[in-house]
Amino acid sequence: MDKPLIDVKDLRIRFHGAQRSHDAVRGVSFTIGREKVGIVGESGSGKSLTGRSLLKLTPKGAKISATHMRFKDIDLLSASEREMRKIRGNHISMILQDPKYSLNPLMRIGNQIVEAYRLHHKTRPAEAKEKALAMLEAVQIRDPDRVFKLFPHEVSGGMGQRIMIAMMLIPEPDLIIADEPTSALDVTVRRQVLTILDELVTRRGTGLMFISHDLNLVASFCDRVLVMYAGRIMEDLPASELHNARHPYTQSLLESLPRLDVAVENLTVPVRDPSWLDGPVYRNGELA
Amino acid sequence: MKPTRPLIEAVGLSISFGPKHARTRVVDDVSFRINEGEAYGLIGESGCGKSTILRALSGLNGDYDGALTLADKELPKTRSKDFFRRVQMVFQDPYGSLHPRKIVEKVLAEPLAIHGIDRASERITETLDAVGLGPSFRYRYPHELSGGQRQRVAIARALITDPEILLLDEPTSALDVSVQAEILNLLRRLRIERNLTYLMVSHDLAVIAHICERAGMMYKGKIIEELTSHQIRQSQAGQDYTREFLQATIEAVARRDEAVA
Ligand SMILES: Nc1ncnc2c1ncn2[C@@H]1O[C@H](COP(=O)(O)OP(=O)(O)OP(=O)(O)O)[C@@H](O)[C@H]1O
Ligand SMILES: Nc1ncnc2c1ncn2[C@@H]1O[C@H](COP(=O)(O)OP(=O)(O)OP(=O)(O)O)[C@@H](O)[C@H]1O
Ligand SMILES: [Mg+2]
Ligand SMILES: [Mg+2]
Repeated sequence: MDKPLIDVKDLRIRFHGAQRSHDAVRGVSFTIGREKVGIVGESGSGKSLTGRSLLKLTPKGAKISATHMRFKDIDLLSASEREMRKIRGNHISMILQDPKYSLNPLMRIGNQIVEAYRLHHKTRPAEAKEKALAMLEAVQIRDPDRVFKLFPHEVSGGMGQRIMIAMMLIPEPDLIIADEPTSALDVTVRRQVLTILDELVTRRGTGLMFISHDLNLVASFCDRVLVMYAGRIMEDLPASELHNARHPYTQSLLESLPRLDVAVENLTVPVRDPSWLDGPVYRNGELA
Repeated sequence: MKPTRPLIEAVGLSISFGPKHARTRVVDDVSFRINEGEAYGLIGESGCGKSTILRALSGLNGDYDGALTLADKELPKTRSKDFFRRVQMVFQDPYGSLHPRKIVEKVLAEPLAIHGIDRASERITETLDAVGLGPSFRYRYPHELSGGQRQRVAIARALITDPEILLLDEPTSALDVSVQAEILNLLRRLRIERNLTYLMVSHDLAVIAHICERAGMMYKGKIIEELTSHQIRQSQAGQDYTREFLQATIEAVARRDEAVA
């Protein structure tokens, strides 16, 4: 196998509070190559923090430690803020869970894309504008000329997310960290957006860390899945094997989904077993 | 069976945005009725106008044509204080909807103070419990919560004034599936217990079919047809567009069958 893009061993993220500290991520190890890796798991399990830690964009007060945390040959733990800025600008892009917060609220959408584009490509403004419009079209925005002139608060939730995706693809990064990139999209648009991401990953050999709570989507779209619970990876398995998951937590997640083919009175709510907190974890169907 | 009467009605609702010379009509002559105790869904592709309808009904945007009525009375463009107690909204975006510098307790105490509702402390405990957040969350700031935890706070805030109507805009799309199951069970239970009426937007048809009796299929600002949850499940549609829209989801479900088979 090629050398992975990302290699993380025993990552821990701790918050120091006034009264007590708490460990949000507790010893997570994984690699990401030129592949699509899905991260699923319940709210608060540490998915976003894990993703953000790769860019050292964790909130103030979060303390990151690890045996190692590498992007290619760069040691992320010891990288300076200057080096990190370079990585964020050129090599690793993050599509955030909260699109409206990552767009500048005071600037028209089109101008933001043009600006981002010109940061990475030497072009005249007119050409950059054409590119920006083409990009909006590529992420399936109907009526790109109109949307170009809108402010972030004037677009729908799903449109905001697609605009973010368009912006993140501009630097042609090595790795994309997508945090719930499609959660607000309907199926038709979601499929189109995934096709765009998929094309990029496959054609350009980009790595993708795809954080999502949509198990069906991850099972069909990703190559590998990491299942997080309470700050740990409970299971690391090929996406096509998700239905054969061994960990009872993964199994209970699958059972909790509402289904179109069967109507039920009540959905099965996963029971959380305290013994999972420090219990065994599985890799590729085997106890790890 | 209890008598049904429309609790909410939209008649010829149209909403436009943009400057005078370049106005775009994003909601176009939409009419629907929702009976008391009923759950009605809005489905349709991103940008078709679902949230815009909810915002107009909720009183956030008074710039619309046509009429919106509540219990047979046309709503004034500027809503009364009582309206805001009776009709509560849960937004798609759990980030923008909570004030960054208010702890959870304050978020929940405010609507109680505004509407002069008693037993504040107890209600806060009960409501946090109802949405599956323990008492330790009471003193947290939004930035100390994950996305799903914030959405549960948003739902708690909507429930705390004991409303009759909930307008739900993608209430579970930011939640993981285990919490989604909890919240959907909660929404179903509360509707029966408190005889609530729902208007709900979701891109997940399984969620719509689970919660709603009926749904309006939207396309470019219009409701092109109404479907029962049964019709959604069976993919029975009158219009080609609806059939295509439903079909796209059926494929996703086929993948799910592979996944759980
Ligand atoms: N600034 C902070 N201070 C204290 N705790 C925090 C802070 N930010 C996050 N946490 C905690 O860290 C844990 C992990 O948060 P994270 O945002 O990674 O969750 P997540 O898995 O992405 O959840 P979601 O699916 O809801 O987005 C949560 O329990 C959260 O409350
Ligand atoms: N304040 C505004 N100014 C200008 N245009 C707006 C404004 N609010 C909404 N729009 C436009 O109205 C259309 C419908 O938006 P709306 O938010 O209702 O879509 P939606 O159906 O909820 O989509 P999604 O599923 O993506 O949330 C979009 O084209 C959007 O750009
Ligand atoms: Mg998250
Ligand atoms: Mg919307």
